[in-house]
Order: sequence, then C-alpha cells, then structure tokens
Amino acid sequence: MSVLVLIEHDNKNVKGSSLNTITAAKKIDKSVHAIVLGENCSKVADQISKCEGIEEVFIVDNNIYKNHIAENIAPIIVELASKYSHILAPSSTFGKNIMPRIAALLDVAQISDIMSVENSDTFIRPIYAGNANLKLQSIDSKKIITVRTTNFVATKTDRGNAKITKIDKKEDAGLSKFVKNELNKSDRPELTAARIIISGGRGMESGKNFNLLEEIADKLKAAIGASRAAVDAGFVPNDYQVGQTGKVVAPELYIAVGISGAIQHLAGMKDSKIIVAINKDEDAPIFQVADYGIVGDLFKILPELSKELDKIKS
Amino acid sequence: MIMKILVPVKRVVDFNVKIKVKSDNSGVDLENTKMSMNPFDEIAVEEAVKLKEKKICDEIIAISIGSAKSEETLRTALAIGADKGILIETEEEVQPLEVAKILKEIIKKNNPDLVLMGKQAIDDDSNQTGQMLAALLGWPQGTFASKLEINGKKINVTREIDGGLETLGMELPAIVTTDLRLNEPRYASLPNIMKAKQKPIEKITPGDLNIEIKQRLKTLKVTEPPKKETGIKVDSVQELISKLHEKEKVI
Repeated sequence: MSVLVLIEHDNKNVKGSSLNTITAAKKIDKSVHAIVLGENCSKVADQISKCEGIEEVFIVDNNIYKNHIAENIAPIIVELASKYSHILAPSSTFGKNIMPRIAALLDVAQISDIMSVENSDTFIRPIYAGNANLKLQSIDSKKIITVRTTNFVATKTDRGNAKITKIDKKEDAGLSKFVKNELNKSDRPELTAARIIISGGRGMESGKNFNLLEEIADKLKAAIGASRAAVDAGFVPNDYQVGQTGKVVAPELYIAVGISGAIQHLAGMKDSKIIVAINKDEDAPIFQVADYGIVGDLFKILPELSKELDKIKS
Repeated sequence: MIMKILVPVKRVVDFNVKIKVKSDNSGVDLENTKMSMNPFDEIAVEEAVKLKEKKICDEIIAISIGSAKSEETLRTALAIGADKGILIETEEEVQPLEVAKILKEIIKKNNPDLVLMGKQAIDDDSNQTGQMLAALLGWPQGTFASKLEINGKKINVTREIDGGLETLGMELPAIVTTDLRLNEPRYASLPNIMKAKQKPIEKITPGDLNIEIKQRLKTLKVTEPPKKETGIKVDSVQELISKLHEKEKVI
C-alpha cells in the first residue's frame, strides 16, 4: 500500500519541513502520495507535484481549511486512510497538533518524532529529551507518524510531474474557530530551515542585548535562537526556543552564546554539524558538545566576532 | 458558569536528572531516581487553581495513571490546590491511546467542563494524549496553550505555534494542553501539603473501566545516543574565525 504525506504550508508555499517528510516517506515505500489542505493553495499543490518521487497530489481547497484546524482536517485524512499503510506529517506544531487526532480516530498508536526508518514497521525515535534512542516496532495495521525533519534531507523539488487530483469537501466540524494569529515578521531564515543559527542564553542578561546577536546574524544570514532560560527570563518570545520543549534544529553551524547547556537545550541542537560555544564558565556543559569553544566575556567576544566577520567578507 | 476541571498528572523522572540507559538496552534505569510531577502537568494544575481562585471553577479533580507511587504525584496536585484525586492503578506501561481511553471513561463518569493537561510528558516525549482524548470525545482541542480567556461557555486559547502565536475560539467542554509560558507554577506551602493528606483519593484499575492495556508500540532496544568527539578550546576570536572559515568552510 502507498504512503500518504500531509503537507505543511502557508497556502502560498510549501514549508521545508514537508520536503524532509517526503524523504522519510520514500524510505518506507516507493509509492508516495501527498495531500494539501488549505485555501487558494493550488500553488502549493503544484510545488509538491514537482517533488521527486511523489505519485499523486490531492488538493482540498476551501476556506474551512485555511487555518489548518485539526478538527476539520482529521476527518478528511481518516476517510482517505483505508488506501494507505502509513500517514506521515512533519513533527512541527502543525503535525503535532493534527496527527494524534487522526490516530485516535483510526484507533491506532502514533509514532512521534521518528529519526530513522528501519523497515516499514520499525523506527527509531528520541525519548527523555534525546538522552536515549528508542527502537520500536508498531503492531498496528496502519502507522501514523510524525517526522523529526532534521534527520532527513529535503527531497528534490525540480524533477517530479505528479497528477493533481481535486477533492471536493467542505465540512466544518464547528468545534474550533480561528480568531487571530500574531506571526513574527522577520527577514531572517526560520530556525528549523537555517544553515547557521546563533542562540543566546541567560548569559545575555537582557532582551536588549540580543542586538549583539542580531548584528552577527545579519552578517552570517543566520537565524536567532534562545535557550529556555532566556525565554523564561522574558528576553525573547517562546518561538525562539531551541530544545526539547522548543524546536529541534540541526544547522551546519550552531553558535551558543551565554548558554550553559542544560540537557533540555542540548536535546534540541546536538545534531548540528559544527557547534561553537561562547561562555565565561569553562566548566559549562555546553563545552562537552562544542567542536570549538571560547571561554570569556561574551560582551567582549561578540563585538570582536562581528569585526572579524567583516574582515573575511571583504 | 462555574466549571469543573479535570487535570491528568503523570509521575516522571525529575527534569534535572540525567538518565541512564540500562546495560541490557531494555529501557531506562529508573531505580533510585528522583521522580516528580511532569512539569507541563504542574502548569496545568496551576492554571486550574488560578481559575478556581477567580471563582470560574469550583472543583478540580486530579487523575493519575500508573503504579501505587503515583499517589505521591496526586498528593502534590492536591497540595497545589486540587480538591480530589483519582488513581488508576496499574504496573503496566500505558501508552497514549490507552491513556486517552481511560480518561474518556473517567470523563463520562465525572462530566468535567474542561480538561487541562500537559502538552507532553518529559519521559516518552510523545505529545499525543490531549489530542487523542479530544478526538475520542469529539471535543475541540486547544493545544500548546500560552493563554486562556474564558467567558461563560466560550474559551479563547492562544497557542504557541512555529513562527508565533495563534488564537482559536471554542466552546466548552474542551481539551486544553499547556505550554511553558501559560504560567509559573507555585510551590505548595507546608500547611497545604498537610491538608492535602486529608483530601480524598479514589483508587480504581483499568479493568474496572473495562479497558485492556496493550502496548501497540513494542520496545525493541533503548540505546544511548552516539557521543560526539570532544572539541577544542580556542584562545581568540581570530583563531575561531579561521577554523570556521578555512578548515570547516561553514562561514
């Protein structure tokens, strides 16, 4: 049987997380379908139809699905489920919100956050904030899965030519209504898609001091992250948070500034390719995962770093 | 409208503890490990107690599923301000779908208007139970909540989503799962800890609810994540930049 991927998007563009999820789906079975639910989202369906390895794309285009209300999306996926052995979505707040609802309606378990596909019923996922890896086997006939996107490369987006099929549905469950959203407007890359991330912790001392990180982020085209301690202290909003309780990232370069390296933070960034730590405490646990560390005062080091970056750019 | 609130609480390894994988790779070694209430559940209890203080709620029922020791976790909830506890006693591992099925039965018997629960437990990190429970009941779900506004039977839930915040409006009864910034849980005072010892805890088993516990996800092997090679300390920013630029070629 085929595998179905629930696509995350903003009605205009597919989110990168979906491309990693398609790769995970292809490791389960050669036959992969995708479904796009939204409003005026035909461009997203076009983008998905060009992804390598996608056989068919379903599109459900109606105002009811614009804001991805779980109570409205779940019944449609459940109706399609009989044709699929596995249904996958990224383990983002989008996937985490909807997929368990689908699993319960199908009376099957969900497998959260898979890091690898061993075979069609066996997967590896992190537990205890990534301090242990669990290899598990699902005995359910149908597998509902969320995918830890940093563990899978993005599928190629320029070589497919899948059929797009419209599904005519508009059933409002009438349970939840969208009221408003406040999305952070930023020209910087999204945390989970960034090639370089610079993150600040409690050592930044205030939200204002994050300016120092912004200056460097601008020069490196980096995203800005934070530890839970910095979020709890009110320096930056929660969606900056990298860690077990925030976002899991794996950029090519992760620069941790004034972050001690609590277990819960390490769980969110330890798979980064190169990790740099800047901290005044030489015994800080962050140095145990860092490829390069500098012990010292971040308020002296950051301006210097900014200057040195100008030199290599020129 | 005065509400009744149900708050599920889970006994998990304390969030400060560094866990150890058993040498036979069958699981995580929890012998002699400090256990606490799951931090997200503490936030849920705190929110319920706040609603009670605002007289929006008049009864808070805490429920826990697990071994006899989960009674300690219920006592903690009672000390923070829950009124009574229900312990579903079992020695078996209960996975999210079965937890949701047990909670559904308890909800049918107790008719709460709102279920406030942690978005995930910090042991299995599943982040499923609230959404599954909402599905089984056909109720609305407000997941990853950072703010609640209650007006009669209407409730607005502000959710922490990737990229910012989203507010959904729904009607009670509903399921709300808590995120970190919803509140800061209080410490239980000594008099309240003493008082909690007198509060009632009802004990039942999954069998009493005609629910059969089965593990749909079989543990094959638990391993420690691969260790990273130890890195190096550099003495200057210049040295760092040259390593990143010339050796690693990441900038």
